[in-house]
Parts: sequence; structure tokens; C-alpha cells
Amino acid sequence: MFRRLLVQEMGTMGNDSIGIVVLLATFMGAVMCLQTAHQVGGWIPIYTIGFTVRQTMILEFSPTLIPIILAGKVGSNIASQLGTMRVTEQIDALEIMGVNSACHLVLPKIIAGFFCIPVLVVMSMFLGIASGAGIALLTGVSSMADYQYGIQVDFKSYDVIYALTKTTVFALIMTSVSAYHGYFTEGGALDVARSSTKAVVYSAVIIMISNLVLTQILL
Amino acid sequence: MIELRTISKSFGDQNVLNRVNTTFQQGKVNFVIGRSGSGKSVMTKCTVGLLEPDEGQVIYDGRNFTEMSLKERKEIRKEIGMLFQGSALFDSMNVEENVMFPLKMFSQMSKAEMRERVEHCLHRVELNGSNNKVPSELSGGMQKRVGIARAIAMNPRYLFCDEPNSGLDPQTAIVIDNLIVDITKEYNMTTVVISHDMNSVIEASDTIHFLHQGEVAWAGDNSEIMTASSQTLNDFVYASKLMQRMRP
Repeated sequence: MFRRLLVQEMGTMGNDSIGIVVLLATFMGAVMCLQTAHQVGGWIPIYTIGFTVRQTMILEFSPTLIPIILAGKVGSNIASQLGTMRVTEQIDALEIMGVNSACHLVLPKIIAGFFCIPVLVVMSMFLGIASGAGIALLTGVSSMADYQYGIQVDFKSYDVIYALTKTTVFALIMTSVSAYHGYFTEGGALDVARSSTKAVVYSAVIIMISNLVLTQILL
Repeated sequence: MIELRTISKSFGDQNVLNRVNTTFQQGKVNFVIGRSGSGKSVMTKCTVGLLEPDEGQVIYDGRNFTEMSLKERKEIRKEIGMLFQGSALFDSMNVEENVMFPLKMFSQMSKAEMRERVEHCLHRVELNGSNNKVPSELSGGMQKRVGIARAIAMNPRYLFCDEPNSGLDPQTAIVIDNLIVDITKEYNMTTVVISHDMNSVIEASDTIHFLHQGEVAWAGDNSEIMTASSQTLNDFVYASKLMQRMRP
């Protein structure tokens, strides 16, 4: 039963979020490339374009903004699902049966988030960098050789570890904060909507504060 | 048999249950009636452990539920079936999965045995062939019947029904009432029904417990309720013109 729920949650969090992650990462990488190209020139070398896209995608955009955007999609989904189950007494029904409802409902979501969100983030890193290369070639702001050199120059593998550490922490924050707000919903449909909003807002705020703290600690 | 001994429950300054003492008999349909806000749902939630009473004890056939550890309570809860006001069927599961859920969680049955048990329960509530429907495809009455099928899947000793007829037409309400009565006799369960539908009370109850301002203001048999001398009970029972016409 637990395995089935876990697979179901992984589908909801992972598969169903691929579209939005692909869209965001592709356009952000392309925009980042064009914005950087607008700044470079003179004494700033062209390969800076590739370098900036890589650093932005790996250090900040993918590990921080993707979880924040997923907090809006996945977090509100978790909170409204649990909130609806609470107000329609489905959680009470589980408790009456002797099922530990928190463990049964919340744990698969947290575990699914722990595994799925880092995968989505890594995917967005690759896509962002690739779309930057694509737009650089299409618009001619950088040659492929310069871009390739830029994405390889001064690469520190620790940056990826830092990014994935952040992502994992943010995934835990997003799923647990959303689950908390949904699970402890009281009232009716309006309260479910309120819980869903709170889940997104609190997740985003806590992720931003943790981002600062983690960056100070890890870098 | 379920005994409630001096159960009290307050929320802040509001005293909802005030030293409630009552007994629900085995093999009988025990109705708890009372006005909205009289404490019926709180009493039931305290009885099944969804709320902790501030004082008092809940005794299930001599076993003190209130003083049990969580693990011991879990065992008792496997003997409890509950039909919720809104049915509380799991949206993400179809009818068969809903009824099979407690069996999957707690029984050692094989898949074939579970299927057989589900078929038996669905047959008992006259819902054969609805296995693959999801709750949103069912009418209110059908949802209640699936709720009953799920509640009896584990062969419970105690059945709680929270306003089983709310939102149902009179004919479907009678079907649900009869089902609850039949199942109670068939499985010799201790059944507790919360209701303020006087039609159901007259049709289906064996014993009646009238809650008023957090206390059991009157308790007696079905045959006694129409002639009871309690003014507050009479005000409740004869509130409708239909009941006034039936007054002996």
C-alpha cells in the first residue's frame, strides 16, 4: 500500500511537473543568455555568456526558483488534497480504522519530494544551459566555441553539491510545510483554499530564508 | 456494549459535554438524538477516540478505552466501523478499493479472499456491479451504502453512524435505516446512530438517548419516547406538524 502511494506521489510530483520545469528552464536559460550578451563587450570576454548562464542556472535559478515555483504547483496540490480529505472526514475515517493518517498520507509525499525535486532541478540545469547555447547560436551573440568554453571555465563540482543540498532541503520544506497546512485544515471549502494559499506563501518565505542561511553556511 | 462514564468535554469556556453517563447495548440500534449543538458529534468523537474527553471513561465490553495506550487503541479501532455524515469515501479510490482498504491494511487475507469479502459486503448493501465506480459517480444513497460496506468489511463489533440519512430522500433514508437495523442484528453489533431525523428514530431505534445541553436528559426504549414526560424531549420530538399529528 505504501509503495503504491509513493509511486502515485512520485508521478504527481515528478511526471506532472516536467512540463512546467521544461518551459521555465528553457526560457530562463535563453533570457539569461541574451541579457548577459547585452552586458558583455569591450574588456568583458564573450565566453562570459556561457559562464554566467551556467553559474546562474546551477547556483540559483534551478535550486531555488524551481522549488519556489513547484511550491505553487505541488505545494498547493498537497495542501488542498489533505485539506479536502480533512474537511470531508476522510482523515477521520482513516483514524477510526486505526491507520496512522499522518504517516499514511504525508510520508509518501515527503519521500516523493525528496527524490523527485532534485531530479527536476538537475534536468532544469541542463535544459537552461542548453537553451542558452541554442539562443546564442540562433541570434549569433556568441559562437558555440566561446559558449562551450564559458560553461567549462572555472567549473567547481562543489557548486553542484551546494545546489543539490539546497534543493533537497527546499523539497523537504515545501512538502512538509504544505502537508502541515493541509493536514490541520479546519472548516470548509474556504478554509481549504486558505490552507492552500498559506502553504504556498509559507513555503516560499521559509525557502528564501533557508536559502540565505544555507548559502552562508555552505559557500 | 459501550459504556460512557462521566464524560466531560469543553472547548475553551464552552462546556459541550457535562458528565455524560450512558450505555449502548449490544445487538441493538442505539440512537443518540438532540438539537444541533447539543453535543452528539462531540460525544461520538470522544467515544471513538477522535477527541480526548477532559474527564470520564469510555468502556468497550469491559475494556477501558480512555486509559489504553495508542497501540491498544489501534486494536480496538479495528473492531469499530463508522459511517460518516458525508460518507467520507476516499476520492482517489473506486468502490472496490474503498471497501478493500481496511482489509488491505489490517487483514492477513489473500487477494482472492479480500475480493470475496468485498463482493459479500457489496452484495449485502445491494451494490453488486458497482466495483469500478468512483465516489463522484455515485448518488448520495449509494455513497452511504458503500460507506456501510466499508464499515462492515472487517466484521466490526461496534458500528457508529453519524447522521446516516442527512441529504437523502425519504425512501432512500428508509433503505439505509433498514440496512443498519438488519446488519446490527445479523452481526450482533453495538450500533450507535446519531440523528435528529424523528422518522428514523421511530423506524430504526431500539434505545434512544436524548442529549440536551451536554447531558443525557432522557434515555429509554423506542416504545417509550412518544409518551415520555420530559418537556425538553417532547419539544424536540413534537417540533414538526407531522409528529404533532402522531402524538398519542
